[in-house]
Amino acid sequence: MKKAILYINQFFAGIGGEEKADHAPEIREGLVGPGLALAASLKNAEITHTIICGDNFMGSRQDEAIAAIEGFLKDKEFDIFFAGPAFQAGRYGNACGVVSKFVQDKFGVYAVTSMNEENPGVEMFKKDVYIFPGGKSAAAMKVDTQKMAELGDKILALPEGEKPMFLAAEEGFYPRGVRHQVWLKDQKPASDRVVEMLLKKLAGEPFQTELPIPKIDRVDIAPPIADLSKATIAIITSGGIVPVANPDRIQSASATRWGRYDVSELVDLESGVFKTIHAGFDPAAADADPDVIVPLDALKAYEKEGKIGKVHEYFYSTVGTGTTEAEAARMASEMIPYLREAGVDGIILTST
Amino acid sequence: MVKELERAGFPIVQMCNLIPVAKTVGSNKIVPTISIPYPLGDPSTTKEAQYKLRYHRVGVALDALTADVREQTVFPVKF
Repeated sequence: MKKAILYINQFFAGIGGEEKADHAPEIREGLVGPGLALAASLKNAEITHTIICGDNFMGSRQDEAIAAIEGFLKDKEFDIFFAGPAFQAGRYGNACGVVSKFVQDKFGVYAVTSMNEENPGVEMFKKDVYIFPGGKSAAAMKVDTQKMAELGDKILALPEGEKPMFLAAEEGFYPRGVRHQVWLKDQKPASDRVVEMLLKKLAGEPFQTELPIPKIDRVDIAPPIADLSKATIAIITSGGIVPVANPDRIQSASATRWGRYDVSELVDLESGVFKTIHAGFDPAAADADPDVIVPLDALKAYEKEGKIGKVHEYFYSTVGTGTTEAEAARMASEMIPYLREAGVDGIILTST
Repeated sequence: MVKELERAGFPIVQMCNLIPVAKTVGSNKIVPTISIPYPLGDPSTTKEAQYKLRYHRVGVALDALTADVREQTVFPVKF
């Protein structure tokens, strides 16, 4: 029976939530957490080991984490590797991608993972690793692990040495930008196909492109500030720093609301006056000193020293975890008129 | 959010911990922070040390606002 190894984070291992996100990498024999769901669908291999690592450990100490994982895997026999599913969790998606890519490169074993389309890990790793579209939350565990297992089984069923030629359109994973040379069943040459496509396009008829050009969304770099000493600087955060009463009722995850808070009379953000409502990490440090996320104290010092002209009277805040790109862009666009009206010349945006 | 604000013409710097995420999504000016729960101040260090780190990195971010770069840039910090 072929062998599989699964990578999961500290939460799905049942070790703990945010307070355990620094959990150092470890390896356990057998099934842990999502491994049970995965094993239920996986026919051609048994999951022999589970690697667990805290999302913050992987995020902030990646080299150490990978070195540890390399050590765990060096003496293990395994034919396929799985990670996640990571759903919408950004750090977890990043971790699954990092580990999967490493395992493929280092050990030559294919890796399969799953993430929701909003997970930044998709864009970062879809070219390198088979990633299946996943649900927004662990409610999708069964469905997501099933998809991972199905491709896993197909990879395992390939004859020795044969490279996978799976098509994203058929299997359902995120398109990887890999182009295989294939023979079409009807053997119609490209010259015929392109003329047919052009004729359809000219006639306004629907046609199917063979190569969708991906839309790369890059923004031109804004002209730099010429004179910082005269500039008004604003702070915006996705770290969820708000007055303790959260007067704008900003959601702790999947936020659709934002707020702006008057700091014109303040020299820093005090514990007990401000706090974080962000559900994506342990709030203890930020609650004890909100300046670690919204560095008002440093900015006000620079204002006093004359390095900058002025700190904008308000800081702007929302929560970044689980928040869709569309909602984030909308919230930013709503902030813009206020920033313009106040003559803001430059922005520092802090993320968590 | 960074892209939306920059599209509107505001010079902007993102301070964040997961640099590859920011780069992939398309931030142009990035200054690293030390972690996710406490980007600019490690609570296991003294208040003075935390402020020193915060002051330094915010300073790098402010200078980055004045930098004329042609491509995505991660600005180095000393500590």
